[in-house]
Amino acid sequence: MNIHEYQAKAILDKFGVPTPKAEVASTPAEAKEIASRIGGRVVVKAQVHAGGRGKVGGVKLVNSPEEAEQVAASLLGTRLVTNQTGANGVPVDKVMIAETLDIKDELYISIVIDGDIGAPLVMASTEGGMDIEEVAESTPEKIFRVAGDPLIGLTTYHARDIALALGVPAKAVRATTKLITDLYNVFVENDCSLVEINPLVVTEDDQVIALDAKINLEDDALFRHPELAKLRDPNQQDPLEQRSDKAELAYVKLEGGRVGCMVNGAGLAMATMDITKAAGADPANFLDIGGSADQARIEEAFKIIIGDDDVEMILVNLFAGIARSDIVAQGIVAAAKETNASVPMVVAMRGTNAKEGIKILADSGLNITGAPDLAGAAEVLKAKLLELGSSN
Amino acid sequence: MSILVGENTRLLVQGLGRDGSFQANRTREYGTNMVAAVHPGRDGTKFEDEVPYFSTVSKAVEETGANTGVIFVPAPFAMDAIIEQVDAGLELVVCITEGVPVLDMVKVMAYIKDKTTRLIGSNCPGVLSPASKAKVGIVPGNIVQPGNVGVVSRSGTLTYEAIAQLVQHGMGQSTCVGIGGDPVHGTTFTDVLELFQADDETEAIVLIGEIGGIREQLAADYIKEHVTKPVVAAIAGSSAPAGKRMGHAGAIITGKAALASEKNKALEAAGVHVVESPALIGAKMKEVLG
Repeated sequence: MNIHEYQAKAILDKFGVPTPKAEVASTPAEAKEIASRIGGRVVVKAQVHAGGRGKVGGVKLVNSPEEAEQVAASLLGTRLVTNQTGANGVPVDKVMIAETLDIKDELYISIVIDGDIGAPLVMASTEGGMDIEEVAESTPEKIFRVAGDPLIGLTTYHARDIALALGVPAKAVRATTKLITDLYNVFVENDCSLVEINPLVVTEDDQVIALDAKINLEDDALFRHPELAKLRDPNQQDPLEQRSDKAELAYVKLEGGRVGCMVNGAGLAMATMDITKAAGADPANFLDIGGSADQARIEEAFKIIIGDDDVEMILVNLFAGIARSDIVAQGIVAAAKETNASVPMVVAMRGTNAKEGIKILADSGLNITGAPDLAGAAEVLKAKLLELGSSN
Repeated sequence: MSILVGENTRLLVQGLGRDGSFQANRTREYGTNMVAAVHPGRDGTKFEDEVPYFSTVSKAVEETGANTGVIFVPAPFAMDAIIEQVDAGLELVVCITEGVPVLDMVKVMAYIKDKTTRLIGSNCPGVLSPASKAKVGIVPGNIVQPGNVGVVSRSGTLTYEAIAQLVQHGMGQSTCVGIGGDPVHGTTFTDVLELFQADDETEAIVLIGEIGGIREQLAADYIKEHVTKPVVAAIAGSSAPAGKRMGHAGAIITGKAALASEKNKALEAAGVHVVESPALIGAKMKEVLG
């Protein structure tokens, strides 16, 4: 789960990680009031769940409370489109007003789970402010990595090693070591999947401060952090993804795809997207209906798929183990009739009650073409796409 | 001989709620020797009037000689169940449960590092060996057939897909192993490849990977050095966008190595028969085995 920068800052503050003076505003008047309280030049930052906001005017330096008010007014209530959002962008409901710092150096630090080591991994680099993927690609020697111990945590000497590798001024080494240890604790104690400070800055007076903060929380661990679960901002999600979250369906909208996919199982869902692409059309979504979906959830899944205006065709691929094909078929038919959906469907059904499911679909009068298996589905889809293409 | 499970499997099932009970019944129907059920508060009663219930794993092992455990408990309790089974000395522990917090699995892996117990999962379909009628997990017993192809996969449904394709092309399976879709998991591709390479019953291997992590690359390294049997591989997720979790917690493109194309490249360089589409696994294996 993504959270906002101002929420991440609050978590860092609680764990003793130094951050700039900053507060969040929902109105231009609040922005003005905060800016005058902080004093001097401040930065106004749009609070959105997407990177790349600086390049599209989502982060602005201002010289007075009045200017902060104006900039806040120009951002609040708009949608920000960055290279990480879809064409619709994400809404700016809040802005953060933060003090400016005299910066001497920009560094990078992040913590993720390394699945292959089986432990949280701290990555640090002297190349702050840059895309870390690019640094890893072009100058991998500039990234310093240390894994924490699953049972002991990150030892102080490891944190000190990182501080030294970052080349912070001698008198800031102790504070930086503590900052890194505290960040590690933020990661572990909140069950994060990502803590990223980019940039971590060294100021002219040798303070080390987390200037920006990105924290992702692990969905599977939210059950033990009810306070953090409340930080969810559904407005930042695609409306279809919001609906699927509510229905507890694993759904991801894919930009610009034409073929909606309804599948059971994550691996098979990915494979179904892959054969769709190979057949010549981009998949419109990832969707795993799971093993124990009842008819109501299948209906909702179908409605979510056709709720995507880009969808011109639907590929249903079911290999039912725990799931029951007849129930899935009933759900599809009910939802299609309720919504008057005329979208053509290619359906492969195997496993539990597949015969019954196929019969329900065949008798439904819907525009359905059957396919025997995954390879068959690819063939039928290809033919159907050609048909669709020539009729357009 | 099958790998991991077999005629000597004495199965303990932990967590007999709705799904656990359903799967325990399928397991028994298939012919697997289920000797103990562990569920708090049911001590002294029997599952389906036949298999004794116990409140603790250690007591169940002591009384029944169970050597293999399968876990269906809800995610918040999965770490505890795994450790309880490891402490009771089971040889093989299979955790089916999905949605176990990653940091719990991090702790589990550190805890079991020096233990003799082998862990499969979490978030996996488990292991099935058709010839010995041993099913530990949720792989449907009605789709498999005995034979000589070993199957190892990160995904449940793609395991079934591969099995169906093999059967369609007239090939049975020695053992099917789902290692699971979580980023931190027990038994890896490499571990299973080592077992299949040493297994007389296995003539060829199907490996199904997906986006995320570098385990397919490590498998490729291992194959290059140690595996002489033919391997057919498919990687799911070539059409997935970067940075978005595709259902499985581990299926997310976080960097170049996590891409399907990079995994394909590594496997091809190791002499693996990589199929472009997961729909072609059976056909390719048929071609390879002649």
